[in-house]
Amino acid sequence: MGFLDIDNTTKSYGSTEVLHKVDISVEEGEFLVLVGPSGCGKSTLLNMIAGLEEITSGEIRIKDEVMNGVHPSKRNIAMVFQSYALYPNMTVGKNITFGLEMHGTPKDERDKAMNDVAKLLQIEQLLDRKPGALSGGQRQRVAMGRALVRDPDVFLFDEPLSNLDAKLRVDMRTEIKKLHHKLGTTIVYVTHDQIEAMTLSTRIAVMNGGYVQQLGTPQEIYDTPANIFVATFMGSPAMNVVPAKVSVENGVPMARVALHDGSLTSLPFSQANMAEWDGKEILLGIRPETITDEDAADRKSGNIAHMTNRIVVTEPAGSDTFVTMTMGGRDVIARMRSDANVSPGIDFMFAVNMEKAVAFDPETEVRIAP
Amino acid sequence: MSVASQDTAIRTGRAVRVLIYLVLVLFSLFYLLPLYVMVVNSVKPLDEITGGGMMNLPQVFTIEPWLKAWSSAQIGVEPTGLSPYFWNSIKMVVPAVAISTVLGALNGYVLTKWRFKYDTILFGLMLFACFIPFQIVLIPMARMLGLMGLAGTTSGLVLVHVVYGIGFTTLYFRNYYAVFPTELIRAAQIDGAGFFQIFWRILLPSSGPIAVVSVIWQFTNIWNDFLFGASFAGADSQPMTVALNNLVQASHGVKEYNVHFAGAILAALPTLLVYIVAGRYFVRGLMAGSVKG
Ligand SMILES: Nc1ncnc2c1ncn2[C@@H]1O[C@H](COP(=O)(O)OP(=O)(O)O)[C@@H](O)[C@H]1O
Ligand SMILES: [Mg+2]
Repeated sequence: MGFLDIDNTTKSYGSTEVLHKVDISVEEGEFLVLVGPSGCGKSTLLNMIAGLEEITSGEIRIKDEVMNGVHPSKRNIAMVFQSYALYPNMTVGKNITFGLEMHGTPKDERDKAMNDVAKLLQIEQLLDRKPGALSGGQRQRVAMGRALVRDPDVFLFDEPLSNLDAKLRVDMRTEIKKLHHKLGTTIVYVTHDQIEAMTLSTRIAVMNGGYVQQLGTPQEIYDTPANIFVATFMGSPAMNVVPAKVSVENGVPMARVALHDGSLTSLPFSQANMAEWDGKEILLGIRPETITDEDAADRKSGNIAHMTNRIVVTEPAGSDTFVTMTMGGRDVIARMRSDANVSPGIDFMFAVNMEKAVAFDPETEVRIAP
Repeated sequence: MSVASQDTAIRTGRAVRVLIYLVLVLFSLFYLLPLYVMVVNSVKPLDEITGGGMMNLPQVFTIEPWLKAWSSAQIGVEPTGLSPYFWNSIKMVVPAVAISTVLGALNGYVLTKWRFKYDTILFGLMLFACFIPFQIVLIPMARMLGLMGLAGTTSGLVLVHVVYGIGFTTLYFRNYYAVFPTELIRAAQIDGAGFFQIFWRILLPSSGPIAVVSVIWQFTNIWNDFLFGASFAGADSQPMTVALNNLVQASHGVKEYNVHFAGAILAALPTLLVYIVAGRYFVRGLMAGSVKG
């Protein structure tokens, strides 16, 4: 039993099921991020934890207490909304203490809690203002203050940063992470931004079409994605996925991949069990940063393969240069050092770290190695 | 009360502009003419009117007609003037406006934020109330008032006007609350606010513009209503409009036009006042979509 258990939970609107048998167990102090494309059911799941949406079947428990049918205010949760949802007619101070007032906390305690939170979030000078007179970042802080002041068991965040501009978003992201370190409260955080998910979480649930595709630590999700959806959704630029054929040469399973001119190159797998796929088609997943020039290849890797392929486009991006080539008839992106000696049209010898390569079943799109 | 600001107005040439103003001024004069006639004739002695020259300014200025219309003119059989009926109207209008506005707000709140099965159908049926002609309901309503023991009372009139107004007030508030962010309601629910606390503390304080619309609309309609007043009021609950009619229609003696004019202005004053005080919020309220956050 975890701290927050989502047990076989489904959600239907009428006859359409939008969440299918979700099973997630969150430990105390964890930072769980629900990530997935728009419409995949993240908010619905969060609202079910909050009690704002009914649970069609299954159970949600907080601290081993069944929450089905329990009113949102009785779950000891707090939520930060995408639009901040600050009460427009109340001052910042009133916004922060409204929940305490509704729960019957005496005025002096409310004021003390408000001042503590205001200090923590550095919004003391805003307490008498109305939300209309605040900037986006300030509203964001007030919304967090309103959640913090309740000292809840679980914090729920629904895309809290998506209304901020890029710079502020990064700052607030760090701030939220700091807060989590400091307070250690359990957090469930919804976002469609995979970078936010990777940087903030202790664990990630990648969702698509109402299914949890994979639940794991950021590292697990990144290195061993459960399927092609997770592989391509997490990471930027996305993982390259190219068709390949397995053939065993001298006892070593190889991925045979077509290069720009249709000639085949052999990239050896690190996993011996890929031999079972001898003669079969697979999809090979290669992260852009694992395709480099020889000098930048990972020294610790025991399996660097080489291939010479034609460069189609180079895109310098400051610290890195992105190089596009063709493999298996698809565009493949390599992330090179900015000083790599590359230019469009030339044939270049790439080093591929095959220790990091991932193989998928082309039928089911499920990972078969590693 | 100008709504279009400089940058939304269409640019026009000088000649066109002059023409537009000319037409506007002409129309204003045209609309103001009746008011002018009423005001000048209400402060003339009767013989100045009967001697012709309705458009002339008074030669002798007198407020006698106003005093008479207010406190001593013959209304029906009693020489009471309009004042008791004025208070009848107030006693009817104030509760009717307040109750129908609050109920409309509650309806709008439920129809947008506490959705239930068939709520749109219910709303459609309520809208229907806006289109039912008064005449159709007269007889059933009289029967209902009789059954409820409210026939001929101010309470009965209040009920009739509330029932008739709810369709409109619900429409106003529903449309206003439809764009009110639902996340605010959810936040309040998590904060532990109940149904009515959310209504009083979160929703109503942000409803100023639409409340003004509702109040003006209801006040004007109910104050000016004649048919329900004439049909359902008893002798001591008749509203101003009915009394004005009785004053003007009195069949005996000379027709005191100056008193009639003064009475008519008295009857129209409250709605004018409401519009002057709150009118600019009326347009603003009709235009207002959401709460700027
Ligand atoms: N009230 C509702 N009635 C019917 N379908 C809904 C309702 N709310 C959400 N949905 C559907 O449920 C799915 C998940 O929505 P949501 O949880 O908001 O997605 P996300 O937050 O991941 O973008 C969507 O396909 C959406 O159309
Ligand atoms: Mg969402």
